[in-house]
Amino acid sequence: MEKGGFSPVGLRVLVVDDDPTWLKILEKMLKKCSYEVTTCGLAREALRLLRERKDGYDIVISDVNMPDMDGFKLLEHVGLELDLPVIMMSVDGETSRVMKGVQHGACDYLLKPIRMKELKIIWQHVLRKKLQEVRDIEGCGYDGGADWITRYDEAHFLGGGEDVSFGKKRKDFDFEKKLLQDESDPSSSSSKKARVVWSFELHQKFVNAVNQIGCDHKAGPKKILDLMNVPWLTRENVASHLQKYRLYLSRLEKEKEIKCYSGGVKSIDSSPKDAEVNSGHQSPGKSSFVFSGGMFQKATETDPKPLASASLSDPNTDVIMPPKTKKTRIGFDPPPISSSAFDSLLPWNDASEVLESKPVLYENSFLQQLPLPSQSSYVANSAPSLMEEEMKPPYETPAGGSSVNADEFLMPQDKISTVTIQDLDPSAISCMKQQEFSSNVTNNTEAILRSLNWELPESHHSASLDTDLDLSCLNGDRFLANTGLYFQDYSNSPSLLSELPLNLWYGNERLPDPDDYSFMVDHGLFIS
Amino acid sequence: MDLVQMQKSLQDYTKSLFLEGILDSQFLQLQQLQDESNPDFVSQVVTLFFQDSDRILNDLSLSLDQQVVDFKKVDPHVHQLKGSSSSIGAQRVKNACVVFRNFCEQQNVEACHRCLQQVKQEYYLVKNRLETLFKLEQQIVASGGMVPAVELGF
Repeated sequence: MEKGGFSPVGLRVLVVDDDPTWLKILEKMLKKCSYEVTTCGLAREALRLLRERKDGYDIVISDVNMPDMDGFKLLEHVGLELDLPVIMMSVDGETSRVMKGVQHGACDYLLKPIRMKELKIIWQHVLRKKLQEVRDIEGCGYDGGADWITRYDEAHFLGGGEDVSFGKKRKDFDFEKKLLQDESDPSSSSSKKARVVWSFELHQKFVNAVNQIGCDHKAGPKKILDLMNVPWLTRENVASHLQKYRLYLSRLEKEKEIKCYSGGVKSIDSSPKDAEVNSGHQSPGKSSFVFSGGMFQKATETDPKPLASASLSDPNTDVIMPPKTKKTRIGFDPPPISSSAFDSLLPWNDASEVLESKPVLYENSFLQQLPLPSQSSYVANSAPSLMEEEMKPPYETPAGGSSVNADEFLMPQDKISTVTIQDLDPSAISCMKQQEFSSNVTNNTEAILRSLNWELPESHHSASLDTDLDLSCLNGDRFLANTGLYFQDYSNSPSLLSELPLNLWYGNERLPDPDDYSFMVDHGLFIS
Repeated sequence: MDLVQMQKSLQDYTKSLFLEGILDSQFLQLQQLQDESNPDFVSQVVTLFFQDSDRILNDLSLSLDQQVVDFKKVDPHVHQLKGSSSSIGAQRVKNACVVFRNFCEQQNVEACHRCLQQVKQEYYLVKNRLETLFKLEQQIVASGGMVPAVELGF
């Protein structure tokens, strides 16, 4: 299977299940997915088959309960010896079992009865592994641990909705390869230093440290190293990683053609990539206003648990982005407005649809958030539902894993104290106040909405805003000033609307629904 | 009975199985998997289910009849049965297995015996109904007709 033109068709699947009925059913289902299926009723037999043809299979799906061998043991063997992605299945969905699966390295855990849609997307695991492999081969100290790049690439590769075209992402792929290649400078390779595996956790520490320092130019390797507090890590390790990171970010920026940001974009990504949060969320406007203090705030801050399944996607969640995800919409092509007007944070809608749809593609959302200020103002002034439409794309993600990497894609100078799933230690994060604010805001989006509602009418009391918006880690003062100003304007001068370029109003394709209008009015968002 | 009547009977009969909770949507999934390349897919799968279940029930009975019941042996069997009943959508059998497993956990021999009876009852019920279903289908096909796709309008 070539890397460049990856295709799910003909994926070679080995199904292992001691239940003959399920084996037959799964075989049929997988065939319907156009996969090449081999069935097997025993774990030992499966191992034999796998070892016989080392390169003969792309992915293994196995039941947890096998008579001759524990499914988890099989999982371990396959993972270690053959490095193939393994999906576990069971009729038993107990959390402890699922967790065990994850711990043993399963890339997914499906509950029986299994649906076609779940099988249709198993190829993503194969692709992901292949991407990782490339990184490993290129070496550069990123063996197996280049999760953050991989996940971004996943986003790229998988982010196109159902009609993913792998071919056109090749240049991104190649860029990454080059990046990795550049990393391996002669001095480091000749010095025979132990390879630093930049695991996700390590990278998070790195990002947090950078965040803490705040501005890009101030964040030097020494300082970062100190903050990271990882004894075995050297300044050189950090320096090279930092270089990569910066290149990476600048590349992202370039790609998305983000031009209109002076202080960077601050907007809240409150989209809980969590169906649970949204399920309670039947409000007509389908909006959850999360006050964003201009921070890229991951929903995880308020609701970490849904993202915990970074590698273990919820089988019932449709992981693939729906076709709606179109970059054109996402970009919202920032209107030619002066960035200062939109530096401030605006509570904007988070469509519950978005929220409940998929795990958030944070990477994309970061980039897509950059145009957000305009969008946010738009939202503030017009229909939340419009925002829904626009906001949808950023909040979908191909795989749960990608959402975890949100941090990494923050502009260095825009570093916000984002909490990652793995690192929810507030002390590691500079913008505590924001943190507190967000933690005060409950997962319940309606509560958030209400809390915002309280804020908005009194938004000219910038004091309240200030505390909440204390983004000291950013170009704080400027930001705050902008924010306060904006809110004042927002609440006090409807005429602001008229000052906005028309394209802000009508940039969206959808006009607000009557429902949304009443909702907006109710929540004081509608400026007539 | 003419063909149309037979087809209507089959539809009503199938619907009743769903309404009574004997079968759930998984069975529909199976029917949707059936195609020209595999026109007997559903009946093949169901036959496998019967064979496997007969075996499991046998093993279950044996292990529960021991002087000293080894629940470590009983539970996996019940789990197996739960799994396979879920494969064809035999909802009531599956539910009975869930109850059964709870009592296994409690190591309640008395209750487990009762559970086994319950499971067997549900199993024979679904077996009987499905066999009837397939007979109806065969009659239709034999009369030159097509088996109508299941429409669940309820």
